Amino acid sequence: MTDPTLPMWPIGGRQLRSRLLLGTARYPSLAVLQQAIAASGAEVVTVSLRRESATERAGTHFWSAIKEMGVQVLPNTAGCKTVKEAVTTAEMGREIFETPWLKLEVIGDDYTLQPHPFLLVEAAEELCRRGFQVFPYTTEDMVVAERLVQAGCSILMPWGAPIGSGQGLNNPYALRTLRARYPDVSLIVDAGIGKPSHAIAAMEMGYDGVLVNTAVARAADPVRMARAFGLAVESGRLAYLAGAMPVQEMAEPSTPVTGTPFWHQS
Amino acid sequence: MIIEINGEKKEWEKTRSLAEMIHDLGYEGARIAVARNDEFVPRSDYATVQIRDGDRLEIVSPMQGG
Repeated sequence: MTDPTLPMWPIGGRQLRSRLLLGTARYPSLAVLQQAIAASGAEVVTVSLRRESATERAGTHFWSAIKEMGVQVLPNTAGCKTVKEAVTTAEMGREIFETPWLKLEVIGDDYTLQPHPFLLVEAAEELCRRGFQVFPYTTEDMVVAERLVQAGCSILMPWGAPIGSGQGLNNPYALRTLRARYPDVSLIVDAGIGKPSHAIAAMEMGYDGVLVNTAVARAADPVRMARAFGLAVESGRLAYLAGAMPVQEMAEPSTPVTGTPFWHQS
Repeated sequence: MIIEINGEKKEWEKTRSLAEMIHDLGYEGARIAVARNDEFVPRSDYATVQIRDGDRLEIVSPMQGG
């Protein structure tokens, strides 16, 4: 699927082909999840931690299914509301998943699931000190972004819209500004993407990647939608590299006018 | 003594190591990580960490996430 002219994507110390990151939650079944990962071309999937029952061992089965796919995992700290919870969850994730990669979530509001800007920065500082490769889930706020970069983050994941809302890019101006302000930081739009067109819009802005979960998992046909997102992200990246034409106020004929039949000097 | 495992209180007869406790609870061979009283306990410490009355354990494993 990947266009041969597209260079590899260096991210978090790895080289990837696909710029789509896929969440693993809310699929109809593990089998559909596996098919969706394959169809999307994603090489990174997000995973989480939950309390495990000794008898059911649901987590151990899930882990086997993910390992079969041969993808890089990005453990999250979903549901954490304090720095302490986030740091402990991060440490548990690093041991279980054997990766320093971490999607850092510290939630500050139950209704919008907006990241808590102050606690997020505090947790990021501590986790960068502990050697994690922190992918902080943040808002589009420029000053918070600056503090995260100062904390040692080389990757930022601003939201497009609230998690699971499918609204797309609610604040394109701020996202564009963030891109312009941090040309050397890897920027990934995380959360709120509902359709492939939203992913294309983010990639056309020059975003480095897009993280999608619900839009694929809750599509009528998740496997087909996974493929649609894989193509969209690639298409958007190609468009960004190609450079879009400037917008014109008036029409300009696309067909050459010289030699037009029936032409008369008026 | 009383300890709390994943939010449920359990009665245990004697103080024992975390490694013994994980074995007795039936987690042998499962892919888990542990926090004790909100602090992460690395796998390499299971044998030496002694469980005390009132301890709270979180035993987690991989799960779907976004």
